[in-house]
Amino acid sequence: MTKRFSKPTEDPLWLKLLLGAVAISFIGVLLLLPLALVFTEALAKGLVTFWYAMIEPDSLAAVRLSLIAAGIAVPLNTVFGVAAAWCIAKFDFTGKTFLVTLIDLPFSVSPVVAGLIYVLVFGMQGWFGPWLADHDIHILFALPGIVLATIFVTFPFVARELIPLMVDQGRDEEEAAATLGATGLQTFLRVTLPNIKWGLLYGVLLCNARALGEFGAVSVVSGHIRGVTNTMPLHVQLLYDNYDYAGAFAVAALLAMLALVTLALKTLLEWRYADELAASHRH
Amino acid sequence: MSAIGLKLSMPQKKRKSRHVLPGFRLSLGFTLFYLASLVLVPLLALVIRPMELGPFGFWSVISTPRVLASLRLSFGVALAAAVVDSVFGLIIAWVLVRYRFPGKGLLDAVIDLPFALPTAVAGIALSALYAPNGWIGSLLIGYGIRIAYTPWGVLVAMVFISLPFTVRTVQPVMSELGLEVEEASATLGATRLQTIARVVMPMLAPAVLTGMAMAFARAAGEYGSIIFIAGNIPAVSEIAPLLIITKLEQYDYAGAAAIGVVMLAASFVMLLALNGLQSWAAKRR
Repeated sequence: MTKRFSKPTEDPLWLKLLLGAVAISFIGVLLLLPLALVFTEALAKGLVTFWYAMIEPDSLAAVRLSLIAAGIAVPLNTVFGVAAAWCIAKFDFTGKTFLVTLIDLPFSVSPVVAGLIYVLVFGMQGWFGPWLADHDIHILFALPGIVLATIFVTFPFVARELIPLMVDQGRDEEEAAATLGATGLQTFLRVTLPNIKWGLLYGVLLCNARALGEFGAVSVVSGHIRGVTNTMPLHVQLLYDNYDYAGAFAVAALLAMLALVTLALKTLLEWRYADELAASHRH
Repeated sequence: MSAIGLKLSMPQKKRKSRHVLPGFRLSLGFTLFYLASLVLVPLLALVIRPMELGPFGFWSVISTPRVLASLRLSFGVALAAAVVDSVFGLIIAWVLVRYRFPGKGLLDAVIDLPFALPTAVAGIALSALYAPNGWIGSLLIGYGIRIAYTPWGVLVAMVFISLPFTVRTVQPVMSELGLEVEEASATLGATRLQTIARVVMPMLAPAVLTGMAMAFARAAGEYGSIIFIAGNIPAVSEIAPLLIITKLEQYDYAGAAAIGVVMLAASFVMLLALNGLQSWAAKRR
């Protein structure tokens, strides 16, 4: 038997090195290598090619469409998240747990199924399809369908961030404000909002990243009209399928940059404002 | 999720008469309206649609070899990916919680990359990486191993997309464990291996299973990161979500909805299993 003076809860050095090497190489090969490849391929033919792929009209149209869709979907889901968290955290009613489960539901639905349901409601063979066609209203293969699909896949982000945070914070401060004569709006703006602002920002950040990057759901409802209904991720697919790898990876690099900025801001929020985020994100 | 479940299941003071705070009806009304019109009613359309096929028609859509193969691939490989991610998720969480080393914060932040990176970007990157002429694919092809355009490619994409779920569910539970129980176990004469197997692992089990279930659910429904690397050969490497899109493009709405209902039913079962796991974990604490 070897001598053992080390703490019983401390792993021996060889095990530390082994597990550390396994963890780092797994993350390196699985996560970092694809990221490195995106930037390498995007710049493989030089900065000039990269730049021209970026400012090509169809790419710019895709960027614009993605920004518009996220610009509508994210604020709507933010308002919903605040409203849902307000009624769930500040009031008692029956069926609350069930309501929380329903709000989480879109996370466990396949993105393709998320797109499919709107086709079944608004498509030509769907519930409202013929009526919409008679009145010349375009939902599928147009902006409204893309917005709907984006709303569905990003539905729970803000709500699930705010609900545990506001349940934790309780209702004493708001009740005190109300007792002192504050109106509902004053209570929300001056008492609740300062308490939840970083949690709200955290939820909006993740919601926005997913909204700009969603592929499956939007792919089903978009119709893939180049320069018209192609969002950034769909444009990546179109370029890739047409063997325009430089173009595909140029747009992909833009999306990857966005993901990295999101990750950096998210990590910053987790470090700087840990106490003001939902308990699950505290380090 | 666990935090919500815990809080809500606690008995709360009943406020019988009037609410002190304003806005209950407005916020609950808006929440229910928004939820119903954007999520519940469209999902109802999905459940109702295959009914026009009748039970036999529904079964004949689902039981074709191509559909069965795609469901088996999506769910079977998702299960394999969830197991792989649970094993490596456990190791990564252990390294991040127990060890100190430079660059740890960066490594921790990188875990969430699959959440943040759009799936289409992950898809083309993985495909280019594991293709026979790619950085990894060209190394493996020498040994006769093909990843891209085979079911192995599906596995790689699913392992990629689901890793954060397993790490992020185990990590917080692990850091709350406290060393006292391990010290007690060692003091009572247990070897390190016995302590890990009989003391630490049982305490982590609910979190590991929860992470595995979440990873499985995400992988089974995943589309964007898979279709580029899978090659999409019918009955070999064609996933169920892709078959839904194929049926839609052939205007076979009822057939697409039938596969969609099977996938939705599976995610419901997973959601119930997750809730069960969480109440089990809450009771053990």
